[in-house]
Amino acid sequence: MNEATLNSLQPGECGVVENITTTDSKLKMRLLELGLIKGTTIELIRFAPLGDPIEIKIRGYRLSIRKVEAESIVLQRNK
Amino acid sequence: MMIDNHKLKSKNIAIIGNPNSGKTTLFNALTGLRQKVGNYPGVTVEKKEGKIIFGDGTESNLLDLPGTYSLSANSPDEKIATDVLLGKIAETPLCDTVICVIDASNLERNLYLLSQIIDQQFPVVVALNMIDVAEREGININVKELSKNLGVPVIPTIASKKNGIKELLSALQSTLSISTTARSWTLPEKIKFKHEELTSLLVANENRNDCAAYFEAQTLLSTPRSIDSFHGTYSTEFLTHLKKDHETLDALGIDRFSVFVESRYQWIKDVCDRCVSIRPKIGQLSISDKIDTIVTHKVWGYIIFFSVMAIIFQTIFAWANLPMELIGKGFDWLGSQVGHIIPPGDLHDLVVNGAIGGVGAVVTFLPQILLLFLFLGLLEDTGYMARAAFIMDRLMGKVGLHGKSFIPLLSSFACAIPGIMATRTIESPKDRLVTMLVAPLISCSARMPVYALMIATFIPNESVLGIFSLAGFVLVAMYLLGLFTALLMAFIFKKFLLKGNSPAFIMELPPYRMPSLKNTMLHMWERSRIFLKRAGTIILGVSIVLWFLATYPKIESGTPSEKLAHSFVGQVGHFIEPTLTPLGFDWKIGIGIVSSLLQREVFVSTMGTIYNMENGTDNTLSLRAQIQQEVDPATGLPKFTALTAICLMVYYVLAMQCLSTIAVMRRETNGWKWPIFQFAYMTVLAYVGTFITYRVGLWFIS
Repeated sequence: MNEATLNSLQPGECGVVENITTTDSKLKMRLLELGLIKGTTIELIRFAPLGDPIEIKIRGYRLSIRKVEAESIVLQRNK
Repeated sequence: MMIDNHKLKSKNIAIIGNPNSGKTTLFNALTGLRQKVGNYPGVTVEKKEGKIIFGDGTESNLLDLPGTYSLSANSPDEKIATDVLLGKIAETPLCDTVICVIDASNLERNLYLLSQIIDQQFPVVVALNMIDVAEREGININVKELSKNLGVPVIPTIASKKNGIKELLSALQSTLSISTTARSWTLPEKIKFKHEELTSLLVANENRNDCAAYFEAQTLLSTPRSIDSFHGTYSTEFLTHLKKDHETLDALGIDRFSVFVESRYQWIKDVCDRCVSIRPKIGQLSISDKIDTIVTHKVWGYIIFFSVMAIIFQTIFAWANLPMELIGKGFDWLGSQVGHIIPPGDLHDLVVNGAIGGVGAVVTFLPQILLLFLFLGLLEDTGYMARAAFIMDRLMGKVGLHGKSFIPLLSSFACAIPGIMATRTIESPKDRLVTMLVAPLISCSARMPVYALMIATFIPNESVLGIFSLAGFVLVAMYLLGLFTALLMAFIFKKFLLKGNSPAFIMELPPYRMPSLKNTMLHMWERSRIFLKRAGTIILGVSIVLWFLATYPKIESGTPSEKLAHSFVGQVGHFIEPTLTPLGFDWKIGIGIVSSLLQREVFVSTMGTIYNMENGTDNTLSLRAQIQQEVDPATGLPKFTALTAICLMVYYVLAMQCLSTIAVMRRETNGWKWPIFQFAYMTVLAYVGTFITYRVGLWFIS
């Protein structure tokens, strides 16, 4: 088991969505509808020049989210 | 025959799709210039409609819905899209057919929206757009198979090249006779049963129609809210049933909240597995990636960002000069031609000095406004706007705002009204309000005429550091002053007035695209039409009224200057002069400020009218020259100096001189409280800011 939150990945690293832990149901619904459901592979592309937000790749497209939100996305790290 | 035609004419088609799916390009390709822009009643979401003309000459209305990722209505834009589809909006008829635009290179996420639209049981035609981009990326889609799996017609299109438009039109015509499409995604057995049961309960006991019940049952089964909070909305019997459902599903270990989304994506995966083959690319960075490594670079990113801003404003100033002079000369010529026809007298004065002079002074700035919208359109269409938000989010976070606030603020460079309207993508009400409150501080295009007149008249044409002209430098300084004041005020409001956590920042970074010339041109055409319409109505009206106020009451003898001083306008100007003296302004500027309370650019036409009046009709000097040459009778020195010009610009940077913005604020905040507050704080800010500038300037000079 190699669990990690999305914000702890390094650029170029991938992980598979396990769970979204946020209690904000609107945010969770938005993330789910954008395709971040259990089993989806996420690649961290880069951090913004000032360290926040981050750019991720899912289902072939790019999304930008802040670290705070990325903290609530739990992944299985791919090696 | 007549009746048939009429029937077909009244067909309503809606076009919907994800943001960045090429929806607008397709809309433009389908309708051409047959478009009109309005608003939905009660809200300020832009309503764009057009006409489709089919091969056989029949017509349909095409409604462009706001871009949305789903029908769950997270933001006001998405709510409009959903409500239109559900027929909940007044004066907007229910659609007969829906065109769903799907980005072929981003199939999975785009199909999510489609699955929700199919659920609404509309006849749907899918425009599988940007099929060329998908192929270039190695994504091969079997269109026939996809159409069979989705149960709807799928037409591959390349909207930017008008490929597939004919096929789309004929598919639309044959779809107008199709009724509905079957829903084809499925839930896991246990929850499926509960969902069906609840749907029929809603139909039987709560008077819902099939379609509404279907969605309501989903919402009710997935809701994280406690059942008790629904008391009063549903019968007790129904709620008891729902509670039992929740308990059963929770006990089975089913995640009620995500199961609906997951099931849709499972269906999408199955469809894609059958219809899509992907040729993997190995270790090759796409062009988009290569650009991104530079554009989001720690150093280069910001250098590029600020260079882009500087180049835009420099270009607006330099390129617009020639066409501006031509328009100015055109109006002069028009004035002199009309002047020959009408005999000298009051009517002659009214038409030549009041109407033509006033409107001409404002229309002269059309080239600059066109260029500004050209650049904003290009930033948006190429995808750079999202990168700007990406690299600026941290800074926006520092003042307590959202990276998304950056786009409304950036749009406010064109006009605060689209800027304020663009805040609708911000989900937190407090952040949204703060962004709206500070948006009018960003220098909009209506300030440009004021800046341009002042700079051209008083700032010497020297160069700074060899590359930038002093004029361009001053202009950039004014824009930066507005930007930084906006950020400072946002920080203060967020800290003291509207405290609250920053909400989620979730934004798509679309691939870079070549901007479409047609889209940009249509956008510029739309905006310039609105600008010219205002010039033809409000500004013409104000110019004429002003001419009257500046002409009457008349005195028989005296110089033109004495006559002006004796008029209503002169009296008001003199009356408020004491409050303006500390700012270094005289009564003529006072008239300009008062008359431009409704609209900033009126200042320029007012000055045009006043100076034409004062110096008589037969003068041939331009407004610039007249202002430059005016001498203060007390000192014998030029009345206006570069300092006056800078003070006046600072005043216009900070002051809320725009009736339309106030009106939009009232609509958006649903009351007078915030627009009044906004007007008050900005006026105080402008007065204090100008006072400080004037005092510091005087101290420097002496």
